[in-house]
Amino acid sequence: MEINEVPQDSLDYKDRDKLKKLVYAVDKDGKYTGIGSVGWEAENIATRQAWDAIEEELAETEQKVKAGELSPIAWFMQKKLMDIALLAQYMDKWQWQVRRHMKPPVFARLNPATLEKYAATFGISVKELTDFGK
Amino acid sequence: MIASNYQHHQHAHCESGVTANLLNHKGLTITEPLAFGIGAGLFFAHIPFVKVSGTPGTTFRTWPGAIFKRVAERLNIQVHTEKFRSPQKAMDALDKALEAQNPVGMLSSVYYLPYLPEAFRFHFNAHNLIIYGKEGNQYLVSDPVIEDVATIAPEDLAKARFAKGTPEPRGFMYYIRSVPAKVDFEKAIQQGIKQTCFFMLSPPLPWFGNKAIFLLSRKIKDYPKKLSPRKSALYLGNIIRMQEEIGTGGAGFRYLYAAFLQEAGAMLRRDDLQELSSELTLIGDDWRNFAYHAARQMKARQTDRVSYDDLSELLRTCGEKERDFFKKMEKLRF
Repeated sequence: MEINEVPQDSLDYKDRDKLKKLVYAVDKDGKYTGIGSVGWEAENIATRQAWDAIEEELAETEQKVKAGELSPIAWFMQKKLMDIALLAQYMDKWQWQVRRHMKPPVFARLNPATLEKYAATFGISVKELTDFGK
Repeated sequence: MIASNYQHHQHAHCESGVTANLLNHKGLTITEPLAFGIGAGLFFAHIPFVKVSGTPGTTFRTWPGAIFKRVAERLNIQVHTEKFRSPQKAMDALDKALEAQNPVGMLSSVYYLPYLPEAFRFHFNAHNLIIYGKEGNQYLVSDPVIEDVATIAPEDLAKARFAKGTPEPRGFMYYIRSVPAKVDFEKAIQQGIKQTCFFMLSPPLPWFGNKAIFLLSRKIKDYPKKLSPRKSALYLGNIIRMQEEIGTGGAGFRYLYAAFLQEAGAMLRRDDLQELSSELTLIGDDWRNFAYHAARQMKARQTDRVSYDDLSELLRTCGEKERDFFKKMEKLRF
């Protein structure tokens, strides 16, 4: 890639355009230098798609929480970009335990300490956690 | 407390960037491409059965921590490395190292670094950065992938250093104790090149090195048959992100490695290295071309078999050209 071919396709999304990354390109004599790039269309499409997929999933999960099929833990887990394995690690629990806590009847009976730990892991208050979807 | 004369330089990649910045601070002049090449950073792996956030694992670089370790070994640099059980101990040790005027490299999770654009903040735990001081209640950050220095609150830094997941950073930190008065770049360059050839050509398993490019090429061909359009697009997107979005310097580190070969050629006065550099630049252009078309396919989100066949073919060509390239490089005699 030559210096004049370094793409400068900025993406105004989640502050992506605030950062100029360094890419390596050759000048007209074939010598390599580092050049700042605000982004490239191909990369931007991939970035957007990854986030759009998360948004779609969140919307689906929100409906399920409202319909009483899942507990708010499922939604906040996705909101914080975690999966069950990672959340279980933060909670010092087994994955099957976290999976159980995603069932609304089990969630309703969770003790205050566990709720507190979930809320702290998500960086929210217990009230925000239990009120979600109501 | 601030490490005196610390200078921040932006680089393409976090680990080779941290390595270069730490060494330059200790008076050993080294560029990012040179650190990347000596540390044998270039690699390829595609492991379909290891899912990262639901998509098959793909990487264009060697495993985290290897670049810094190899550069230190090959240039005879004395380093201090440490892991911790508790955040408190890790933060205390950091403060102590800073008091002794050491800029400190460390592993962190990108998710907990508020100074980075949100677009990049996923749970990726192998991000390297340097803390070069503390002012009031803020740590001074030199993150090589951003243009300027930044600051971070101690709570955020502790979270980033003790993130859970794979790998767990466990507060891992490192700094340079001393650099030798004279370093043998020629030998280090040779060792780096040799190791890269070995990792690209020798693994007998289909998931690692050059062979894995062909594996990915075959897999992509099957995406429309085996996956939903949404999943196919996500899988493609993930390859592009590994190749371009995370700091790779473009074309999945291929341009960065070509820059290394060029610099090595100039240092050792060898035209063959310069020729290999030019060849790899063209291969890098092919990778960019693949990403460009993959992104278009992804955006269209149609299960159009012809396009996936074309993408598979583009990738196979990259694999073939790289195989020839590494075989040529393997034959270099020093």
